[in-house]
Amino acid sequence: MSILKVDNLCKNFGGVRAVDGLNFEINQGEIFGLIGPNGSGKSTTINVICGLYQPSEGSIFLEGKKINGLKPNQCVDVGISRTFQNIRLFGDLTVWQNLWVAWRDDKNNQSSWFSNWFGRSETQEKLISELLNFSGLESRANDLASNLSFGEQRRLELARAVASKPKLIFLDEPAAGMNKEEVKELRERIFRLRDLGITIFLVEHVMDLVMNVSNRITVLNFGKAIAEGDPESVQKDKSVQEAYFGQ
Amino acid sequence: MDYYLGILQTIGVHTLLGLSAYILLLTGQVSMAQIGFFAIGAYSSGVLTVIFSWHIYPALAFGAFLASFFAFLVGFPALRVKGLMLVIATIAFSEIVRLITFNFVWMVEKDGIMVGADGAQGFREIRYFTTNGWESSQVVLLIWIFVVIVMAMLWWLDRVKAGAVLRAVGNDELAAQSSGIDLTTVKVAAMTAGGFIAGLGGGLYAHAVSYVDHITFTILMATFAISYPILGGTKNVFGTLLAVIFIQGILIEAFRFLEDWRLIIFGLIIILVMNFMPNGLVSLFNSRKSKKGT
Repeated sequence: MSILKVDNLCKNFGGVRAVDGLNFEINQGEIFGLIGPNGSGKSTTINVICGLYQPSEGSIFLEGKKINGLKPNQCVDVGISRTFQNIRLFGDLTVWQNLWVAWRDDKNNQSSWFSNWFGRSETQEKLISELLNFSGLESRANDLASNLSFGEQRRLELARAVASKPKLIFLDEPAAGMNKEEVKELRERIFRLRDLGITIFLVEHVMDLVMNVSNRITVLNFGKAIAEGDPESVQKDKSVQEAYFGQ
Repeated sequence: MDYYLGILQTIGVHTLLGLSAYILLLTGQVSMAQIGFFAIGAYSSGVLTVIFSWHIYPALAFGAFLASFFAFLVGFPALRVKGLMLVIATIAFSEIVRLITFNFVWMVEKDGIMVGADGAQGFREIRYFTTNGWESSQVVLLIWIFVVIVMAMLWWLDRVKAGAVLRAVGNDELAAQSSGIDLTTVKVAAMTAGGFIAGLGGGLYAHAVSYVDHITFTILMATFAISYPILGGTKNVFGTLLAVIFIQGILIEAFRFLEDWRLIIFGLIIILVMNFMPNGLVSLFNSRKSKKGT
């Protein structure tokens, strides 16, 4: 079953066409990779789907419902969350508070308006500490986010994206700047999220990661999809090799 | 004695004004509108006690609510502008309010004398406290009770999710929005709360000094309002109080002999604090604490 469908998506910046007629469909529970050389429009694609930019043309459907023109916070309401290429945390807040701010209760077990904004429930505390364990940040819960190391910041940002209980997470280059060991940990985390039923949209330059985890991959160049398919067929594709290495 | 009570009164009122700017600064909004809300609170509660002979508490509450209503209205257009543009837009609001008080005439005869607001002559005879036999020490106590209540509420706010959300918006609007926070709700709510606190401060001030006019509400006061939390730092509510004590108690009062030079020193202190204590005056205390700890 498809969870996200993108139909003829275009985004223009002045005269530049950053995304040009993109079509793809993501199935429930899969890990979908989007790769491409620098400036090929990967981040723009995420930003358009997550509501940062309005699409110039085309439509976006989440579970069959059109979500064009939603604001970023409304995208979170419908079940989409994301991380950023250049990490964006709340530096003056503690690690725990970073997750608290993004936290959403389960749909069928929501606390009242007042206790959401002015209270703190035990289940909430328990679940947030579980999330901290998941990210390996339990010992840093009360430290300011700005005092974390680079790898910890990446982990916290991923945990914050999970805190809003999304159906679909967009990861914008989550492995950038990570060493081999950290990439391995990240891969485990991505698999665990998938096992929880969260669909993953992965934009990544680290080929080792994206080729190993993705079910399907789309390759972007100059805003256009030049190849799609499973990791092996994409790797062998001639036009992909040309886009990355030249003719 | 009266001299010290006067200083305490000024520090109390200015703390309320500074705290009203503090809550906005948490969301990253630098507002010069606080003195406008202060003026609305001062004039409306003054009209109620003087012309309609209301009791002081409902009059103060009405002034605060009216100011927060205007803050709510200012909050929406303020969403569209940021940084310097917001500063200019909110200066415009404060000036509009000031010019309205400058032209505002509403006088009635009471016990043979004309009372009420008289345009450029200002609003005289806001004498609720003296006619009801309040000592000036009691007035100062009342102001400080409100200061403590407001500070306690803001302190509590920092311990619940709403406070964390305010700071999240101030840290990174884009990340906050992408974490599901509705910027409109948060920023307008902060503006409304700030308007309430400023309006309360204005009502207390007008009754404590018994006379206000448009000169009370100039841009200089708006600058003071926003510089308290900037100077004190937004780490917690005590920064603002500390900055008010420092500016009003030490700089303005203890250095009276320096006359107008004090304003230059004021500017200099802000520049120095921003350079050497980016977290504000509160870091004076925090750094000492952390040194003890290690």
